[in-house]
Amino acid sequence: MSKTRRIKVNDSGQVSVVTFADSKIIDEAEIQELGQELYDLVEREDRKKIVLNFANVEFLSSAALGKLIGFDKRVKQHSAELILSNIRPEIYEVFAITKLTKLFQIKDDEADALAVL
Amino acid sequence: MSEHSWSWTVNTSLPSQHGAHEPLVREVLVQLKLLRWADRDLFAVEMALVESLINAMRHGNQLDARKKVTVECKASPARFWIKVQDEGLGFRPERVPDCTAEENLESCGGRGLALIKAYMSSVKYNESGNSVTMEKFRTTGPAG
Repeated sequence: MSKTRRIKVNDSGQVSVVTFADSKIIDEAEIQELGQELYDLVEREDRKKIVLNFANVEFLSSAALGKLIGFDKRVKQHSAELILSNIRPEIYEVFAITKLTKLFQIKDDEADALAVL
Repeated sequence: MSEHSWSWTVNTSLPSQHGAHEPLVREVLVQLKLLRWADRDLFAVEMALVESLINAMRHGNQLDARKKVTVECKASPARFWIKVQDEGLGFRPERVPDCTAEENLESCGGRGLALIKAYMSSVKYNESGNSVTMEKFRTTGPAG
């Protein structure tokens, strides 16, 4: 597995659990880097079950949402599965305002996410 | 607005380059914290600031560092007011596709505007669409 700077990946059985290095995901260069690291999970490493754990994330911009949508598309193209978990209420509100709660499968915590993958 | 007693004001212009908005965002949040704004409203203001300033730099001024984003900003214990203007050709907000429509959920763009609208109490664009004026009325009681 290649070295990542914006995410940390831990394997839990067949599932890759991803946490974010940055509590604020705003910087455009960092978002680009984040996107590439996420895309690599499915495109280069062929991971099929992924949990994005948002416990560290306190703020994210619309550009970060755009990158998550791009990741979701690639996940689907590679017949992989993606669940988002541990989203704090103010971040969940950002997903709700933009109706991305309809696009992503979201679970309260990592255990709930692992239980369905 | 002229009758309101503002506790802090700033007029500045920022070059249109990556990260140029960050010191202003930090300063606004510091000032609002000093005015005892609570975290929920700080999050809302930060979202509107980040999205409007990045929009102005990226979409308005095409990240041309010679082009400035002009910002007027005022804060009080009850209100936050900001005007952000770029040197671009402007846009028509009503022509931006609704990112929350089912068919647009996966498309790019429009989410920043939707977030600004959701988090601010009022949002107005000038006729040419290169200036946005926003206001936030504090919704929660004093912090701590």
